[in-house]
Amino acid sequence: MTWEIVIGIETHVQLATRSKIFSSASTAFGAPPNTQASVVDLALPGTLPVMNKQAVEFAIKFGLAVNDGQTHNIARRSIFARKNYFYPDLPKGYQISQFELPVVTGGFVDIQVGEGDTATTKRINLTRAHLEEDAGKSLHEGLETPGVSGIDLNRAGTPLLEIVSEPEMRSAAEAVAYAKALHGIVTWIGICDGNMQEGSFRCDANVSVRKPGEPLGTRCEIKNVNSFRFLERAINYEVRRQIELIEDGGKVIQQTRLYDADRDETRAMRSKEDAMDYRYFPDPDLLPLAINETQIETTRGLMLRDGVIDVPGSTRQQLIDAYDLSVYDAQLLTQSRAFATCFFAAYNSSGEQAKLCANWINGDLASQLNRDGIELADSPVNGDQLGRLVKRIADGTLSSKMAKEVFGYMWAGEHGGDADAIIEARGLKQVTDTGAIEKIIDDVLAKNEKSVAEFKSGKEKAIQALIGQVMKASQGKANPGQVNELLRKKLAE
Amino acid sequence: MFSSLAMRTITDFSRALAAKQVSAVELATDVLAKATAAKGLNAFLHVDADLTLAEARAADKHIAAGVTSKPLLGVPIAHKDIFVTRGWRSTAGSKMLANYVSPFDATVVERLRAAGTVCVGKLNCDEFAMGSSNENSAFGPVQNPWDTGRIPGGSSGGSAAAVAAGIVPATTGTDTGGSLRQPAAMTGITAIKPTYGRVSRYGMIAFASSLDQGGPMAHTAEDCALVLDAMAGFDERDSTSLDSEKAKVSIWQGFSAQIASKPRPNGEFAGLRIGVPEEFFTEGLSADVSTRVTEAIDTFKKHGATVVDISLPRTALAIPAYYVIAPAEASSNLSRFDGIRFGHRAAHYADLNDMIATSRAEGFGREVQRRILTGTYVLSHGYYDAYYLQAQRVRRLIAQDFQTAFKSCDFIMGPVAPTTAWKIGEKSSDPVAMYLEDIFTLGVSLAGLPGMSVPCGFDHQKLPVGLQIIGNYFEEPAMLAAAHRYQQLTDWHLQIPGGGK
Repeated sequence: MTWEIVIGIETHVQLATRSKIFSSASTAFGAPPNTQASVVDLALPGTLPVMNKQAVEFAIKFGLAVNDGQTHNIARRSIFARKNYFYPDLPKGYQISQFELPVVTGGFVDIQVGEGDTATTKRINLTRAHLEEDAGKSLHEGLETPGVSGIDLNRAGTPLLEIVSEPEMRSAAEAVAYAKALHGIVTWIGICDGNMQEGSFRCDANVSVRKPGEPLGTRCEIKNVNSFRFLERAINYEVRRQIELIEDGGKVIQQTRLYDADRDETRAMRSKEDAMDYRYFPDPDLLPLAINETQIETTRGLMLRDGVIDVPGSTRQQLIDAYDLSVYDAQLLTQSRAFATCFFAAYNSSGEQAKLCANWINGDLASQLNRDGIELADSPVNGDQLGRLVKRIADGTLSSKMAKEVFGYMWAGEHGGDADAIIEARGLKQVTDTGAIEKIIDDVLAKNEKSVAEFKSGKEKAIQALIGQVMKASQGKANPGQVNELLRKKLAE
Repeated sequence: MFSSLAMRTITDFSRALAAKQVSAVELATDVLAKATAAKGLNAFLHVDADLTLAEARAADKHIAAGVTSKPLLGVPIAHKDIFVTRGWRSTAGSKMLANYVSPFDATVVERLRAAGTVCVGKLNCDEFAMGSSNENSAFGPVQNPWDTGRIPGGSSGGSAAAVAAGIVPATTGTDTGGSLRQPAAMTGITAIKPTYGRVSRYGMIAFASSLDQGGPMAHTAEDCALVLDAMAGFDERDSTSLDSEKAKVSIWQGFSAQIASKPRPNGEFAGLRIGVPEEFFTEGLSADVSTRVTEAIDTFKKHGATVVDISLPRTALAIPAYYVIAPAEASSNLSRFDGIRFGHRAAHYADLNDMIATSRAEGFGREVQRRILTGTYVLSHGYYDAYYLQAQRVRRLIAQDFQTAFKSCDFIMGPVAPTTAWKIGEKSSDPVAMYLEDIFTLGVSLAGLPGMSVPCGFDHQKLPVGLQIIGNYFEEPAMLAAAHRYQQLTDWHLQIPGGGK
């Protein structure tokens, strides 16, 4: 009997608010240590937390985005609680979080399972999402005095939305698909910058294995995974470890494990026995967080204005239904708001060439981004420019091969990435003048009597060699369709 | 040289300043001299003449410029060391913060300065406001000006002693379970703990966040009204600060309207219904206190008030409920004192955990440690429901009991504390006996209601007794006005230690 893998994911999403969740200090990343910590973040005596309204608005946005715009999953009253423990980078000696009554309960994320045209949709339900503050950072290396640890409280008080999924993923691939879909949602609705390297989007995976039909196995929580690739590798390692352990007669112990990317393994950090008693209790410094219908509807209005009430799920469906794209194309185009925005811009400037635009964005553009290791937001070629290139393919000005060449020049920034200017300057127009093509054909036919004879004796394939010769003679500028058509006419004469 | 010896109230001080009989600088100099002369009381923890005189000079400039928008211009006051101040150290009576200077002022400090007051210094208190006798201060006990061998009450003991000894006309204090009312009663002065949320807690070093409330201490109800008016008001830096319509009504205006003279043919207090809870007059109450408080209530009755018998059935339960909730919050509030960013850090330690543990063991006194341990225990897994949640349920019931009582009366009156001031050291070995002293004040704190202490006489040893007046939410102006009118009929509040008036 095979093993069934059970995965649930907890994600810490850093909210892209201007200031911290309970103080007015800035949340900008990368400032010199302790320059973005106010008296509140330092927990100086007498200081008190004040709720950041933008963080609440972001939580509402998330609630709307993961529930088809329905509002019953958004708590009208939620409670901030204190999670008590001592650590040098936790200034108050407690973290303000939400425990019993979180701001969002329920919702779902749809993920694509499988690839290509056989891809299907699977719904992953969310348990909850709650607001909390981040801790600071302890620095144990790279300080001027050796053997001394430093504390940077710039991050202390940065707002987080912790999103907890149900344990409904059944493979590392599904877990990655979920993480990517969630990443897509939070960046799409603009509540997170999605930067995994800077820790803006952090996933912890709860992994267990069982025989199908049996109760849930003992789980381990994997922490410290800062890319989708590592998430997949960490889960696969952990699954192997657990199966081997059980098959060797051992037992999985509930513990927290750290993923070490260099050695591609997970290591035990602490087990349940040493789990701390956090002594949660409602924070008496903060009133219950009240959210009313007006706030929810105002937020919905903002999302409609920004065009983000369309969460990836529904835009994906729109791409399939109204733009006639494949599930696979639609999935790729909705991996982030940037991709979708790029597609719609390209579609508009290309003369509504949906399929061609999708091919170009998911193909040449995506692989070029990948090669250069940059984000779509930083791409030298934007959707509008790409659309204008696609337009020239559609109207026959460029062959697809020539279009790739033009794209290369656009990427290099020639003529401000303007396809038409490049075509003009480089003389890359397809030859569509019948007379000119006929002249080349006559020339080629005269020089390739053997191929002509073969074709006439019924060898259909011989025409490919002749087309190739014509294209070569035209330096690739002749319209291949026209060449085909004229050549057959001549050979039939 | 000018002497403020005969001056007691803010009105006295303001009148002298307005008449240019004395400048703010002269007044401040005189008050600083009185503070030095009364050093034996140990009421002040930090005095800095330069800082005080700078504020006094600023006040004199405003006086010279004819500024009228500052109701307390030039009036010397002092702050309980629970309020953080720029310049003066802010220790909360703890070794943990022995050298701590705050980079910002508490909202209360800021507002009183804006109202024109001149700060004379910081006042001794029980460590982190935990105590009923001021014996828990890391900087030594405060003496009661009425009998220097006795405690002044706590935790605002320094604030009470400084007013009672006639050093300053008013001080700030804080009340978590009675810390304004009880020391006021023990030193024969007037104090009011406002409705929870009236006075900003920003810059008040937290003891128990859901109970802590700042308030004024002075000789008269009128002075309390003046100072509270300047202290109170919505503060966006405190999320529990009140912003309702009722909270916006000015305390001074409300008070003034209430005391405006009008014919009261049926007596000064005609129409006033006073509820007297039977649970406040039980065996633990000393005979002298019982007699004086009953006489005070009789004075109200004699002048037209109606007295109704009421019941606050869960009065005794307030003690266990309070001693679960307050330590629970304190255990968490005091976690920030870890020796890492500020405050006391142990000189010797093995590792990080040991550094935090040793710093806290050295920095906190016994009572603070006892409450942190209690609080940690009641919040622990497996005990939370039985202690913390249960205490919160009792708290709600106690609040309901008060609302039931207020259906049949306007104010509730009774003793502030079961006894008068005890001898220094008398109860310090028995924390439970000390906790029982708070029985009449804790319920008011748990319910978040306003409560006052008004001088109402002396026991056979010439130790002051306080009358507690409890009102419904936002009733401070009416309570202060009733107390003021009582003080027009009596002179307990004008008596000074050492005899005379």
